[in-house]
Amino acid sequence: MILARAVEASRRYGDVLALDRVDLDVHAGELVGLLGPNGAGKSTLLNLLTGLRRPTAGRVELFGGDPRTPASRQRIGVTPQETGLPGTLRVGEVVDFVSAHYPDPVPRGELLDRFGLAELARRQTGGLSGGQRRRLAVALAFVGRPRLALLDEPTTGLDVEARRTLWDAIRAFHEDGGTVLLSSHYLEEVEALAHRVVVIGHGRVLADDTVAAVRGIVGVRRVSLVADELPALPGVVRTERVDGRTHLLTTDSDQLVRELVIAGVAFADLEVRPTSLEEAFLALTTTGGQPTATNRAGRPATV
Amino acid sequence: MQLTLVHARYQLLETMRIPVAVFGSAFFPAAAMLFFVVPFAGKDPVAATYATASMVTFSVMSANIFQYGVGVAEDRDQPWSPYTRTLPAGPAPRFAGRVMARLVLTYLSLIPVVVIGATLTEARVSPAAFLLALATVAVVSVPFTLMGLAIGYSLPSKAAIVVAQLVFFPLAFGGGLLSAPDQAPGFIEAVAPYLPTRGAVELMWAAVGEYPLNPLSMIMLGAWVVGLAALAGWAYRRDEGRRFS
Repeated sequence: MILARAVEASRRYGDVLALDRVDLDVHAGELVGLLGPNGAGKSTLLNLLTGLRRPTAGRVELFGGDPRTPASRQRIGVTPQETGLPGTLRVGEVVDFVSAHYPDPVPRGELLDRFGLAELARRQTGGLSGGQRRRLAVALAFVGRPRLALLDEPTTGLDVEARRTLWDAIRAFHEDGGTVLLSSHYLEEVEALAHRVVVIGHGRVLADDTVAAVRGIVGVRRVSLVADELPALPGVVRTERVDGRTHLLTTDSDQLVRELVIAGVAFADLEVRPTSLEEAFLALTTTGGQPTATNRAGRPATV
Repeated sequence: MQLTLVHARYQLLETMRIPVAVFGSAFFPAAAMLFFVVPFAGKDPVAATYATASMVTFSVMSANIFQYGVGVAEDRDQPWSPYTRTLPAGPAPRFAGRVMARLVLTYLSLIPVVVIGATLTEARVSPAAFLLALATVAVVSVPFTLMGLAIGYSLPSKAAIVVAQLVFFPLAFGGGLLSAPDQAPGFIEAVAPYLPTRGAVELMWAAVGEYPLNPLSMIMLGAWVVGLAALAGWAYRRDEGRRFS
């Protein structure tokens, strides 16, 4: 059963095309990670799915209905951005306010316990620490016993321990049969939680595959060296020359180095470094022209 | 209906936790009562009653234009507002809750004006007229609520504050709120009937005294309500929170 779906969904803000013909199906019981750098279109896609915005073209569905009608949103849970909690309200009041919108909410005490907030019920949200606010924000997504939780960067800015607490809560929800769509720009977070990853960049779906396969794509490495002339090398995603050094982005640095040696290239000062997720996405989005579907071997098909 | 009450309750809670916000909308009309009405019209029961009614109208206008104009614009800047739109409720409970909460706050902001009118001036109303005036407050809130909503939904909060300040004084002055009935300077008497403040204050005057309503003012008040409702509805529909987020 498909709980959330985008079909050729596009969203434009003025001149900026934030989302470009995106297709996405989220099936019941899945835990899907939406991975991409800032500005890639993750939040825009979630905004379309939660009914906050209309697609400029294409369509989006929740439980087969229009997300903009309240009935379609009955079985979803959404995280507010932590900065948006009303600062003068107490933690318990914020939970009660959200609970009032659902027929069978999780009792307040139980919810606060689950997210380690029980002793903070009487505190005004404006006085909470960043981590406490973030936990409250994520807790609110689960108040209404949703079938589908849509979490926009649930652990951004949290320390390791707080992040693990939230991960445990999200896993527990999923193990009880809940479906999750969460966005993140941390590969680590998506690896820890998700089974399926949808990589978004420049408003398009670049890859939609298993975690292992996507790790292969974004596991791009940077091989940099000083050399006058390089032969054609396999597996190079992008080549840059900066200050006399040549930087090669590659999906297989071992093979690349082997090729360099075999070709008898006179190089010096060889370095192999992992790239940031951001760089890997840039490589994926700027070189191939066409976004690539991945094959199961985890290699981009046409970069 | 229950959700409406929930929204009203939390809107009130949020406002009450910052009491100066309540104090603010009550201050200017109360000060105007003390400085202008008490010394100049306080001794004459009829003049004092009309002047108090004018200040009540003034208070209703400023409370609504500011609360809705600035309040809605600020809410739209907060990520909490888009979040509430993902909850399984349409816009109606939130909207109705906001109207209820603001009406309560409007009545609260009137207390100082009414107390000053009753104790420091000769203004007098019968209990029936007082109840009628209370109901009239709700009626004359309508055009200013709509005006505030139109401002709040079409402008970012910084602009909304400026526009609210720019419109409220000319409306008060031009509508004759700062003059005794039909004794404003000539040019004001000429433009007043075309302003929504005039129709509103005439309704208040009629509620507390013998003031005969001017048909032109009433027609124009109706026209303002229709026009502002259309404008507010348009602004609400085109609003999707902040444009870029």
